[in-house]
Amino acid sequence: MIAFMNNSDSEEEPCNERTSLMSAESPPVPSYQDGLQASQAGEVQAHRKRRTGSSRSPNNIADGDMSDSGVPVRESALENEEEELTLKYGAKHVIMLFVPVTLCMIVVVATIKSVRFYTEKNGQLIYTPFSEDTPSVGQRLLNSVLNTIIMISVIVVMTVFLVLLYKYRCYKFIHGWLILSSLMLLFLFTYIYLGEVLKTYNVAMDYPTLFLVIWNFGAVGMICIHWKGPLQLQQAYLIMISALMALVFIKYLPEWSAWVILGAISIYDLMAVLCPKGPLRMLVETAQERNEPIFPALIYSSAMMWTVGMAKPDTAAGGPSQQTWDAAEDGRENHRSPSHADSQMLETRSPAPTRPITSFEELEEEERGVKLGLGDFIFYSVLVGKAAATASGDWNTTLACFVAILIGLCLTLLLLAVFKKALPALPISITFGLVFYFSTDNLVRPFMDTLASHQLYI
Amino acid sequence: PALGLFLFTIARDPLRIIILIAGAFFWLVSLLLSSLIWFIAVKASDPRDEPLQKGLLIFGVMFSVLLQEAFRFLYYKLLRKAIEGLVALSEDGCSPISIQQMAYVAGVGFGLMSGAFSMINLLADSLGPGTVGIHGDSQLYFLTSAFMTMVLIFLHTFWGILFFHGCEYRRWWEITAVVVMHLAVSGSTFCNPLYVGSLVPSYLLMAAAAAWAYLLSGGSAQNLRRFLLCK
Repeated sequence: MIAFMNNSDSEEEPCNERTSLMSAESPPVPSYQDGLQASQAGEVQAHRKRRTGSSRSPNNIADGDMSDSGVPVRESALENEEEELTLKYGAKHVIMLFVPVTLCMIVVVATIKSVRFYTEKNGQLIYTPFSEDTPSVGQRLLNSVLNTIIMISVIVVMTVFLVLLYKYRCYKFIHGWLILSSLMLLFLFTYIYLGEVLKTYNVAMDYPTLFLVIWNFGAVGMICIHWKGPLQLQQAYLIMISALMALVFIKYLPEWSAWVILGAISIYDLMAVLCPKGPLRMLVETAQERNEPIFPALIYSSAMMWTVGMAKPDTAAGGPSQQTWDAAEDGRENHRSPSHADSQMLETRSPAPTRPITSFEELEEEERGVKLGLGDFIFYSVLVGKAAATASGDWNTTLACFVAILIGLCLTLLLLAVFKKALPALPISITFGLVFYFSTDNLVRPFMDTLASHQLYI
Repeated sequence: PALGLFLFTIARDPLRIIILIAGAFFWLVSLLLSSLIWFIAVKASDPRDEPLQKGLLIFGVMFSVLLQEAFRFLYYKLLRKAIEGLVALSEDGCSPISIQQMAYVAGVGFGLMSGAFSMINLLADSLGPGTVGIHGDSQLYFLTSAFMTMVLIFLHTFWGILFFHGCEYRRWWEITAVVVMHLAVSGSTFCNPLYVGSLVPSYLLMAAAAAWAYLLSGGSAQNLRRFLLCK
């Protein structure tokens, strides 16, 4: 169990770090960005979130200088078109994030509700050594707090370790670690999951078939996530591994510890991303300085890129290859960026010096994406899954938490549009989720039950 | 039917989905607050006193209705501000989504959420053994619940349209009419299990609200005829 959990933890660490929304690494098209920033003064409206798609991160470092001289004139002319595009695509990005989060949650909830395995208490992670079976409330609370402290400190240590590795350019190590953990996740957890599902539905499957299925699934997954693959397949795989990870958490974390951990991790996320000395922030800034993608397979990207109507022939040639590159790049970047993922990739991937002008024109026809860390997925799903597993109000509570998380996500995207820099995705959603969970479970449920029993409708 | 509404009219446009979820959220918050009040009231009172409990329940229901309408109003305010923002953003000076569409979507959001909360546990239970009401309750429990939920979802949708329209044009009587209708519908459910008392008035009210909303949205008998005859 120990080796198993170690690896899962190492997977979870990178996932946890990636819980922040981070700004883009490389300068997309700064002039465009400047123009947009100028026009984005002011109002905080409910639909500002629709503009996240085109809001840029303040890439203050090396990048800003590059194309500033280039195209100041174009700014104003294209500002309007940018606005138009943001309107068109802004809400779409929110939806592009809604859909995978919803899918992940649905998978988790469906599994929790049907497969008994994940709600049985079969021991705990070594990271939460204190048991919660104690008779007294105070003792239980103490144990859960201690568990949380241990867990959070483990996460912090791992994060700092990762940042140090990144700073000192030990890329091979990081890549190896990530590959190992995703390998383990894809194969071992899938095996267990499949086994349990088959057990629940009493379907027999012989070992060779099982081996074949899991081997194919795992191999394709590895290729998709770490290398190149169709975007949707990659997204599907990322959703699946997030769901698997969340299920593991739900199973192995004792109840109260789970809630306290959720709360603590959102606080940690807040601090790690926003404090100047926070590890995640340092990670982002280092990545921005070096102008390169960081880790493969740790973020979910909703970006789709197709370069329609190439302006210049040289970029046209680079176009198709860039598309496949980008699909991989999406997986590689663990930044939740409000920016155009694709244009970043244009900048980083194209061998020739990318002229801002050409990327400009391509930009207008491309769809932009938003990125969300996988850790966010995992913790959202943990919250909803726990609600489904342990709440006695069943579906009402689950539904309430689901809506709360989605609204938190919306608000976070809205803030992203306002602040235009890396933001932690966890705190708002998790806070809403927790508030709604506890209140729905304790307050709404008796009310609704009484109403339903008298068949009254409000 | 509500799901069909959702699929056909809302799922296409991402902005509408956001408005929908936000609407559901607002309803949820109103429910939360009202159940908080009820809970406090119950805890503060004597649990063994039956009529008092019933009275408290009624009070809770009414209060919840009022809160729902209050939140609908708040949501309206929020959406107004949002429209201004959208207009400022868009390049041709007109918003990509009109206030009426928003009203519709908001209504659907409210309705879906309230319907979901009313029905989901029932649905989950209905997967169990098929014994409905063997303890002397009505055997039509599920059916009536389903119909009631459906009518409530539709009602919320129509009320959303009417309410927003009333707020737009400052016709306070429209708003009060919506509130009164809501109270009436909830009140009629007190007649349950005498289903005639609750379902029939609710459907009548729904038809009335539907016609009213249709007229407000610019429809007319001519449009309807043309639509039906597929001209």
